Amino acid sequence: MADLPLARAVRWDTVVGALLMVLLLASFSFVDGFGNALNLSFLLGNTLPIALIALPMTLLVVAGEIDLSVASTAGLSGAVMGSLWNAGMAIETIIPLCLVLGVLCGLVNGLLVTRLGLPSLAVTIGTMAAYRGIAQIILGSDAVTDFPSQYLDFAAGRIGDTFLPYTFLPFLALLAIAVVILHATPFGRSLFAIGANEEAARFAGIRVRRHKLWLFVATGLMASLTGVFWALHYASARYDNATGLELSVVAAVLLGGIDFDGGRGTLGGAIAGVFLLGALQNAMSLLNVSAQSQIVVTGVLLVVSVLGPRVARQIGTARAGRQVTTPSH
Amino acid sequence: MREPPVLAVEGLDKSFGAVRALHGVSLQLHAGEAHALAGENGAGKSTLIKTLAGVHRPDAGTVLIDGEPVTLHGPADARDAGIAVIYQEPTLFPDLSVAENIFMGRQPRRSLGRIDHKAVKAAAAALFARLGVDLDPEQPARGLSIADQQIVEIAKALSFDARVLIMDEPTAALTGSEVARLFAVVRTLREQGSAILFISHRLEEIFGLCQRVTTLRDGALIASEPVEGLTEDDLVRRMVGRDLDELYPKQATDIGAVALSVRRLTREGVFTDVSFDVRRGEIVGLAGLVGAGRSEVARAVFGIDRRDAGTVEVDGRALVNGAPSAAMAAGLALVPEDRRAQGLVMGMSIERNIGLTGLRTTARAGLMDRRAERSRSLDWAVKLQVKYARIADAVGTLSGGNQQKVVLAKWLATGPRVLIVDEPTRGIDVGTKAEVHRLLSGLAADGVAVLMISSDLPEILGMADRVLVMHEGRLTAEIPRTEATEESVMAAATGRAA
Repeated sequence: MADLPLARAVRWDTVVGALLMVLLLASFSFVDGFGNALNLSFLLGNTLPIALIALPMTLLVVAGEIDLSVASTAGLSGAVMGSLWNAGMAIETIIPLCLVLGVLCGLVNGLLVTRLGLPSLAVTIGTMAAYRGIAQIILGSDAVTDFPSQYLDFAAGRIGDTFLPYTFLPFLALLAIAVVILHATPFGRSLFAIGANEEAARFAGIRVRRHKLWLFVATGLMASLTGVFWALHYASARYDNATGLELSVVAAVLLGGIDFDGGRGTLGGAIAGVFLLGALQNAMSLLNVSAQSQIVVTGVLLVVSVLGPRVARQIGTARAGRQVTTPSH
Repeated sequence: MREPPVLAVEGLDKSFGAVRALHGVSLQLHAGEAHALAGENGAGKSTLIKTLAGVHRPDAGTVLIDGEPVTLHGPADARDAGIAVIYQEPTLFPDLSVAENIFMGRQPRRSLGRIDHKAVKAAAAALFARLGVDLDPEQPARGLSIADQQIVEIAKALSFDARVLIMDEPTAALTGSEVARLFAVVRTLREQGSAILFISHRLEEIFGLCQRVTTLRDGALIASEPVEGLTEDDLVRRMVGRDLDELYPKQATDIGAVALSVRRLTREGVFTDVSFDVRRGEIVGLAGLVGAGRSEVARAVFGIDRRDAGTVEVDGRALVNGAPSAAMAAGLALVPEDRRAQGLVMGMSIERNIGLTGLRTTARAGLMDRRAERSRSLDWAVKLQVKYARIADAVGTLSGGNQQKVVLAKWLATGPRVLIVDEPTRGIDVGTKAEVHRLLSGLAADGVAVLMISSDLPEILGMADRVLVMHEGRLTAEIPRTEATEESVMAAATGRAA
């Protein structure tokens, strides 16, 4: 059914992509200051942390799991980065250490889920609190701001006179890698099978637990990378960096049409969801929409994001059904 | 002159898009009659049932209750007209008692709207007495067998004064003694004047229970006639539309070396000390009652479950414990028992379902080769004559028999040297069943070692070179083809021979 033009036309990721285009066009036309290079670079810079974590999160949700500890992992890497810097270690040593730490955080989540068979929602709510707590123990209420200027410039600067942050190019590379992994490798195809029917995947010889473990590790790695980026981008390493970011990531991924039950979605949709949310918040700020109202709008979008794909799928099925219904036996 | 039929349909038409699911179907159902509805998967049985249940509105034709035309606008209308449908897998509230389930939403009340629990219980007990079954109304529905849940559904239907009971493959998930009890209940209902429309793929059930049989094929009425005087072959011919080739086309094969060797396989509390060999070219039947541990042995051999003791060898190579991917690499394939839960990813396309077992072999440089995947899947879908509109259609849109063929295709595409099939023909129509048997026979002739688990005794007796029988987690008998009879197998399966 998915191959019918009518059904394809109402695919939710296409809808989100179209919404993003409409929003961008409207903002360029009607929102003062939206189109200037500085604002656009702010938009991209502020959205990048969400986008970075959304990459592995999309894979995780497709496989039927979730990781809510990502923002805490990011905060923890920032805190470790700050305290090691205070201790006088070289930044070139600190950053790899932070990434190793992220791998460990992801490994803990992954082992708890795959070895003990615990639900990832519960496990990562637990580690969300634990990792954040450790971050506070390590750094207290200090803010470390005096990172080397060439690093700060790289994380916050943009390429020449364009609106593109330097960091956008590495992000595009990571995006390309994630797209290939999810949509063009046996590993990615297995994730869809695992998310849709884990038992059938197991019967097909797919190593379900190993796949999931890799996803949690990759998510931890990307979360710590985001933590490093965050501390440099905002020139501030604090234990509470990136607090609440996990909800923005999950919201954006769901908005992008990744089925919360697993087995469905595209990375293109998820990334469109990320930038739709980011652009919307940016435009609303420029229009002086109050913070409270912005929260309401985001909340409504979240509900729509859960409903939308289901409605779109039903319309698709109904239309396809009128064309080629296979009568049930 | 007989009384008008309790339920009749005349000239029923129903189309979905270009597909005519029913055309010109008529049927008369009389009080006190068990009436079988026969036909292959896709013949229109489900559409007819759903029309009678008020789920579908017919495009043309009339439904008559007691000779009066009625329009059924929805399931509630059908219920009020006295029509109840008992589905294969009942849906009860697990935490409520049996009695509460029966009277859900319309419990007898006392003052202040309080539920009269005594009256609920008494009414449920009365219904069970009428059905002649022994069920405790206060027992929670959780933990009831599917057979008991069906009885509860029947009691619920009676509490609505249903006069027409439609039973959609009620026996598919039942054991032999449960089927016998269900049939006793159906006979009681019939004697009390209910009309029963009974759907089953098992011909012997139609002949054992029903007085009349209506056969559909491709949405059209083929015949509506008394069962008496009909032979199984007659009925199959009406369903399939041609003379069926032999249902059990067992070929004589050259039996070769041992391909699968299982020694002292044990899984604590599930099965114990199971040893057997399967040779190239041989079909070994594994019989036993539901719960004897047959599927569990298959799962442990394939590595889905870990074994606690014992060894499994394929062509002399020992298999790693608990690793299906290693079993596949060694040339083992398992067509699992439950195609919906274990065999297929329903929302995924036919192409990709077949592709799941070849992710590594069709990949090039670590990337999916979609053309290789498609040609592999198409190749096998065509070889097994799967009927589909597009290979990219979700596998869930296929009929049960075609779904089963996709599962077989998925596993045959791995080129197995040892094939384990668990209930390969459960819930599929007789035509497809014969095709599956021919396929298994052909595989054995090509030198594949086949282990066939089945609860269908004629299938075991018809296809197997050798029959292994399990009882309560142990192998109790090994019977050569020449000595295998229903009696000898059942004796071992029930533990009488051991």
